[in-house]
Amino acid sequence: MPELSNTLPRVTDTALRRTSLYERHAELGAKLVPFAGWEMPVTYEGVREEHMAVRTHAGMFDVSHMGEVEVEGPGALAFLQRVLSNDAAAIGIGAAQYSCLCNEGGGVLDDLFAYRLGGDRYLIVTNSANHASDLAWLGPWSRGFEVSVRDVADRYAMLAVQGPHARGILTAAMGIELPPRMRLSTARIGNRPALVCGTGYTGEDGVELLIDPEIAPAIWAELLDAGVVPCGLGARDTLRLEACFHLHGNDLSPEHNPIEAGLGWCCKEATGFVGSEAVARARAEGTAERLAPFKIEGAGIPRQGNPILAAGEQVGTVTSGSFSPSLEIGIGMGYLRSDLAEPGTEVEIDVRGKHRAARIASKPLYASPSSRKEK
Amino acid sequence: MADASYPEELLYHDQHDWARLEGDDHAVFGVTWYAQDSLGEVVFYDPPEVGATIDKDSSYAEVESVKAVSDVIAPMSGEIVEVNDALADAPERINEDPYGEGWLVKVKLTAPAEAEALLGAEEYRKLLENG
Repeated sequence: MPELSNTLPRVTDTALRRTSLYERHAELGAKLVPFAGWEMPVTYEGVREEHMAVRTHAGMFDVSHMGEVEVEGPGALAFLQRVLSNDAAAIGIGAAQYSCLCNEGGGVLDDLFAYRLGGDRYLIVTNSANHASDLAWLGPWSRGFEVSVRDVADRYAMLAVQGPHARGILTAAMGIELPPRMRLSTARIGNRPALVCGTGYTGEDGVELLIDPEIAPAIWAELLDAGVVPCGLGARDTLRLEACFHLHGNDLSPEHNPIEAGLGWCCKEATGFVGSEAVARARAEGTAERLAPFKIEGAGIPRQGNPILAAGEQVGTVTSGSFSPSLEIGIGMGYLRSDLAEPGTEVEIDVRGKHRAARIASKPLYASPSSRKEK
Repeated sequence: MADASYPEELLYHDQHDWARLEGDDHAVFGVTWYAQDSLGEVVFYDPPEVGATIDKDSSYAEVESVKAVSDVIAPMSGEIVEVNDALADAPERINEDPYGEGWLVKVKLTAPAEAEALLGAEEYRKLLENG
């Protein structure tokens, strides 16, 4: 099995960074893999079990590799309005907003959540692989604004606690008030200041905790005792794919604009953000390709890079593909010719030479009962 | 999944496959405990077709976990005479019972003497230990 060495590498690279929860992962026997320069748990007991724990109970993910950037000053709002695709003026104090960071051509440099911590104080949570390049991008654009842009990634460990029982367990175990969806609150966790965010990346209800790295191991142990299931990046990926949340580097890249990616809803061109002209043009004129989710009909598991075919011709490429533990079929997303990117369209996925029948689906590929409930 | 085991009566290929010789010129193939443990829970097995010719050291099938695809390497050369159809609905048997119900194919061998180059259980275990 020659590919095993590639897919599940032995970790010997000591240059990899470790989160404050590394020892906990090692104790639990996690499979650790290099990810964006970090040594991260991909699974503990099995991707499928962890995935289902989040769908039916509660799971926790160490996502301390995510980056944090603090934006503060009288010019903070004007600056964010310039660099973020969404309408930053709509973020009330204690609210969260999803946005793209675009280049001048409208290409997506990163996708991120912006949280408003105070009047002119915001926190941006970046993808770990883009954290350094985001900072390098934001720095020059901040000139001319009365704002400071600070890398505060070392200040936070990040723990995502997700699933239909996540809130109940957290409230009982930690005795803290939890914010509603898309809101954040401040709390004291482990007698240190913490941020509790009503956000996630699984399609389930839950929260994300931004806490002091020093107390993260104790919080992790407490939640483990309360029955929260440790989950790795493997389940995080299958959960987000079922929910049709984009993964930057797979489904989003500087080569595609938000309109093609189906993220027109978080672009408010009237704000004049960097890239807004290109985005407005793409919205008005349409795009040659669009990102669409699909389900395999029958056997086969699509993987990133597989060609998407229609009438025997390549019409697109898979950007994310996996087995879906909830649906027990192969699922994926990919960019394909816009006229074919409509739900119901029959296509084929070339999975290493075998043409697997697939059908374009609507979003999400899997909708959890808990996320459909009105909060 | 049960604990690691490498039955004495099997022959092993260093790419983590086993062969059980049957008579003079037939054998059953599968993947080892180590292979299934490294891959994680198997969710899909794509078997070769009966009648297909397979070559020693070449891929003849694929097994997939949620996150990864792995080629299955033929420990010996031959022609597929039977595939384990039960794995289509229950690929997890490859994890649960890699040497029993998780067998992959039955082969009519074209070069039975290739068995001499395969490893015994003790040698294979040593290979894993020396990683």
